[in-house]
Amino acid sequence: MEENKLLEIKDLKVSFFTPAGEVKAVDGISYSLHENEVMGIVGESGSGKSVEAYSIIGLLQDPGRVVGGSITFDGENVLSYDKDQMRQFRGNKVSMIFQNPMTCLNPVYTIGNQLEEALTCHNKEISHKEARDRAIEMLTLVGISNAEKRITQYPHEFSGGMRQRAMIAMALICSPKLLIADEPTTALDVTIQAQILELMKSIQKKTGMSIVFITHNLGVVAEMCDRVSVMYAGHIVEQGDVNDIFYHPQHPYTKGLLRSMPRVDELKHERLIPIDGTPVDLLNPPKGCSFGPRCSSCMKVCLGKRPPMMNVGENGHTSACWLHVQEMKKEEEAKDNG
Amino acid sequence: MAEDRPLLQVEHLTKYFPVKSGGMKKQFVQAVEDVSFDVQRGETLGIVGESGCGKTTLGRTILRLYQPTSGRIVYDGTPIYDSEKKIAVRMLPYRGKMQIIFQDPSASLDPRMTVGEIVGEALRIHRPDLTKKGYRDRINELLDKVGLNTEHANRFPHEFSGGQQQRIGIARALAVEPEFIVCDEPISALDVSIQSQVVNMLEDLQKDMGLTYLFIAHDISVVRHISNRIGVMYLGCMVELCESFELCQHPLHPYTQTLLSAVPLPDPEKSRARHRILLEGDIPSPLNPPTGCRFHTRCPYATEKCSKCVPEFKEYAPGHFAACHKLDG
Repeated sequence: MEENKLLEIKDLKVSFFTPAGEVKAVDGISYSLHENEVMGIVGESGSGKSVEAYSIIGLLQDPGRVVGGSITFDGENVLSYDKDQMRQFRGNKVSMIFQNPMTCLNPVYTIGNQLEEALTCHNKEISHKEARDRAIEMLTLVGISNAEKRITQYPHEFSGGMRQRAMIAMALICSPKLLIADEPTTALDVTIQAQILELMKSIQKKTGMSIVFITHNLGVVAEMCDRVSVMYAGHIVEQGDVNDIFYHPQHPYTKGLLRSMPRVDELKHERLIPIDGTPVDLLNPPKGCSFGPRCSSCMKVCLGKRPPMMNVGENGHTSACWLHVQEMKKEEEAKDNG
Repeated sequence: MAEDRPLLQVEHLTKYFPVKSGGMKKQFVQAVEDVSFDVQRGETLGIVGESGCGKTTLGRTILRLYQPTSGRIVYDGTPIYDSEKKIAVRMLPYRGKMQIIFQDPSASLDPRMTVGEIVGEALRIHRPDLTKKGYRDRINELLDKVGLNTEHANRFPHEFSGGQQQRIGIARALAVEPEFIVCDEPISALDVSIQSQVVNMLEDLQKDMGLTYLFIAHDISVVRHISNRIGVMYLGCMVELCESFELCQHPLHPYTQTLLSAVPLPDPEKSRARHRILLEGDIPSPLNPPTGCRFHTRCPYATEKCSKCVPEFKEYAPGHFAACHKLDG
């Protein structure tokens, strides 16, 4: 397993230094991603899921800074890259698609122009004709019909779903090994979302690239991902195989999220069980477990100390909660007594 | 008996918006086209559809925040709009009975008014009899009802989180003790963990105060959860209307079937095992909607008839309405 690790993040910390104080947007997260794997990162707004992705690809904006930890891609430390190396890294090895395709496409250039730009930036030798052919090929791949005509059009002539397809084509034109998808379907309608998800699944199968899929929609995660990390207030609270997360969730936050969602396939009306309280104010995060103040099984220790990440199942299913520590202690005691 | 008749009847409601165009021809966005339904007292009618299907316009037109183009709206037996008889009543007395909760709480609350002023503004108009103390008490009572503190009355909207802002919006709508509330995407701007809090609160308020809801949302699982009946809209038309469990179990209209199969399920095995109906292309422009059945350009079952005749919206099973030629066999 060790050799095909594509991306490894260890104890990554990202802070924003605002006038009001330091905001620890990402506070010590670790995970690794293998080749041909889709990792889902779920969390609410402000949980740090996008910030984490931006720091991989080096797009963090002031006043955000990586303050600790490491990001290793294919054995190389990404954080030590200088500007030129970063530029080579972006696009060629890692690329990203964003939430809102309209704000990410340049309205004054044609779609073809923008697609070709990505290619010529990374490969100076490529001829205009070749770049153009490749752009047409990519647009066809993402399911845009009549691509020869389409590449001469501007973003406003595309519909929302089409623009997202064009974004995907642009991201994949240099055949990256890793695609970071930051809420790629959130701005889209469900029927269009279904189209884009199917497209991403089929491309992933074809090319074998890895995807970091960031979303707040648990349904999308269940459909797309192999492994899932659940984030809350800058921490990963639970991580594991997609089936383990959905069928045997361990962390109270994951359990709460799954319980609080109405499901279209439920057979009778059941009252939703909400998670109490409001999301964390990252300027004044609670001491101890960040989910503690909202947790229904909160104990004294939760408010004082942060829980460690513990193994709670097979296939690297881990969760950070003091309940697991207690359970383990009880088990040990039972063993000692028995 | 007043109890038997529906609280709200909407008949052939149509709303067109004129569009400025450079040429000679005046164009219209056909936002709502010939929509009819009833809402019974105490029930929740859900309206689902994708963006641009006219669901928000429908809600606002019913409240006459937009002037209807044609059709008839009857509230509690009294027509409040009738294009044929040229009835368009003054809405002010009805504002005390029909209210709306808007989608984006941060945009719908005046940033320069305190929460107390926002919630109390309607009271000043509709309850001039209240004393100063009575007015304050009523505001505190409302804030308490939606789970906010009474001290919050002196704060401004920006001091609250999204979920709390939506609670303020709900308190504002409840201030005049309405019977009927249009909930226009009340939870889509909120975080997942907050959504269920607001959904539960809306359900509790309905029970306590005997409210009737028109619940508009694009998320079919939320609508299914809260509604007794659901209407599905596509490009301005209502394509199916039915009891909510029945709709999700046995959808008749091809669009409803697609919509249901497109919803991602939070269940890895189920969602990977099921067969998904994928639609071709995008929603056509409501400026120039397709002829005949508006869904025919994307419908997997479309025939020649569909592009020519508009399908009739009729009852196929008791209480199950749909508009599709395929159902006629």
